[in-house]
Amino acid sequence: MGEPGEAASRAMAREGAIVPERELEFGVGAALRWSVARDLRLALRSRSELGVQLMFYVIVVTLFPLASTPERTLLAIMGPGVLWVAALLASLLSLPRLFASDFGDGTLEQIAMSPYPLPALVFGKIVAHWLTTGLPIVLLAPLLGIQYGLDATALTIVTLSLLVGTPILSLLGAIGAALTLGVRGGGSLLALLILPLYVPVLIFGAGAADAVRAGLSASANLSLLGAGLLIALVGAPLATAASVRIALD
Amino acid sequence: MNFLAMGGYGFYVWGAYGVTAIVIAAEIMSLRAHRRAAARLAATTPQSENSP
Amino acid sequence: MRPLGGQRRGASRKRGGSVNLYQLASPATFYPFAGKLAPWFAIAAALLTIAGLWIGFGIAPTDFQQGEAYRIIFIHVPTAWMSMFIYLVMGFWSILALTFNTRLSAMMAQSLVPSGALMTFIALWTGALWGRPTWGTYWAWDARMTSELILLFLYFGVMALRNAIDDARRADRACAVLTIVGAVNIPIIYFSVQWWNTLHQGASVSMTAAPKMASIMLMGMLVMAFAAWFYTIAVSLWRVQAIILERERGAGWISARLGLAGASR
Repeated sequence: MGEPGEAASRAMAREGAIVPERELEFGVGAALRWSVARDLRLALRSRSELGVQLMFYVIVVTLFPLASTPERTLLAIMGPGVLWVAALLASLLSLPRLFASDFGDGTLEQIAMSPYPLPALVFGKIVAHWLTTGLPIVLLAPLLGIQYGLDATALTIVTLSLLVGTPILSLLGAIGAALTLGVRGGGSLLALLILPLYVPVLIFGAGAADAVRAGLSASANLSLLGAGLLIALVGAPLATAASVRIALD
Repeated sequence: MNFLAMGGYGFYVWGAYGVTAIVIAAEIMSLRAHRRAAARLAATTPQSENSP
Repeated sequence: MRPLGGQRRGASRKRGGSVNLYQLASPATFYPFAGKLAPWFAIAAALLTIAGLWIGFGIAPTDFQQGEAYRIIFIHVPTAWMSMFIYLVMGFWSILALTFNTRLSAMMAQSLVPSGALMTFIALWTGALWGRPTWGTYWAWDARMTSELILLFLYFGVMALRNAIDDARRADRACAVLTIVGAVNIPIIYFSVQWWNTLHQGASVSMTAAPKMASIMLMGMLVMAFAAWFYTIAVSLWRVQAIILERERGAGWISARLGLAGASR
């Protein structure tokens, strides 16, 4: 049990991991901290890639009125849905890079062999992914919502729904990313696999603003989204870790 | 001829049943082709040394 | 060829020809078993289909509201039931495959995917043709049909993943995980689509609301449902035989089974 763990620990130590003295310290917390920090550092090194993904989001959102009509009432109805669909697409675009580079240079194998719990390491990656993909979308949404003539309430609700929903997109998407690691047709295959799973998130997320527009409360939608987030927080890292091991075997 | 006309709904009823029949037939034909190809493949693959 | 390793080699038959459950887990033993079973299910399916169609067209009366168009339900409802049921059975085999790491469980799941996709397609097609004369539209974005469409996407996803991965064992496990994740999500998806639908359509039609069921109509649907079920079993048993031959090729028992010269036994 010692040897693969030691080699992997040394590799991770080179990357700045906190390598504990005793086995008891190979816990979830350490794994998480290391994983989030590393992935954030790596992502921020290619800031332009993050910028490109964000621009993709903005452009897609801008396309819909061009495709239909700039008429304000219609845009106000379409707005939340468009912001949400664009968030889905942007998420799908960014998911392959969750594991791809680590898989390519063999680091992922080292990570899987380490004594740190793999679900925790994976969860750290997902957190970093959300911080670099989902969070910028949440921050941009109010601005883009103005393009659609959404009023203050609608803007708040849409942003809130995206805040709760985009982590779910990252969590579920990670499962797909792990399943399609190194596989032909990766990106579109990933989309085909994940989009059906995204449908409930889309319905409850975009539906929140819609409910408010119809005069109802958004609390039911947001609660359901929240419940989904909790389930995904528990289930997705486990399913993703299992999928990573399958991909590595 | 009422059977064929189906009370005026013939297009829908036979469109439904007809496509179903076609699709089932297609599955059966595809399955037979699959089985033939698999048998051919298995027959022409030399027995591996590890097998009894 | 990879060694069979860990699995029983060949068919170790007990005296008297009986085969116990554990031995069935070996593809080599299951292959002839499937071959013996499939024709019976096929015959039963054919007979049940004839009986069902007889009930559906010969005995069941014309519906007061929907006229003859309602007779589509004798295909639409059974295939919709089967599309869901097959996915659950796939989920069952997938759980077995991941828990016990058996090849055959994964092969059974693999053999069911095309059948499930087919049932889903038929359900969608017949649903559209039923909807047009009955409610005036081929597609109404109602909860059940929309969920059925997403189920079709789930089936396509499993098929696409299987085709994309070259290594059979990796494909087995990946498809098993995907199937299980999908199975867990199906109730959530259905609930969310129903939620969305009630919010937007209010008191509108459910496209799959069958006419008030005379018991003869229900009988017809049940008979057709069993017909579809037995058909699926027969097809998937025959298909799994093809899959076994493809994946176990090179194994000694195959030459003997196929009756070829140069067999070791």
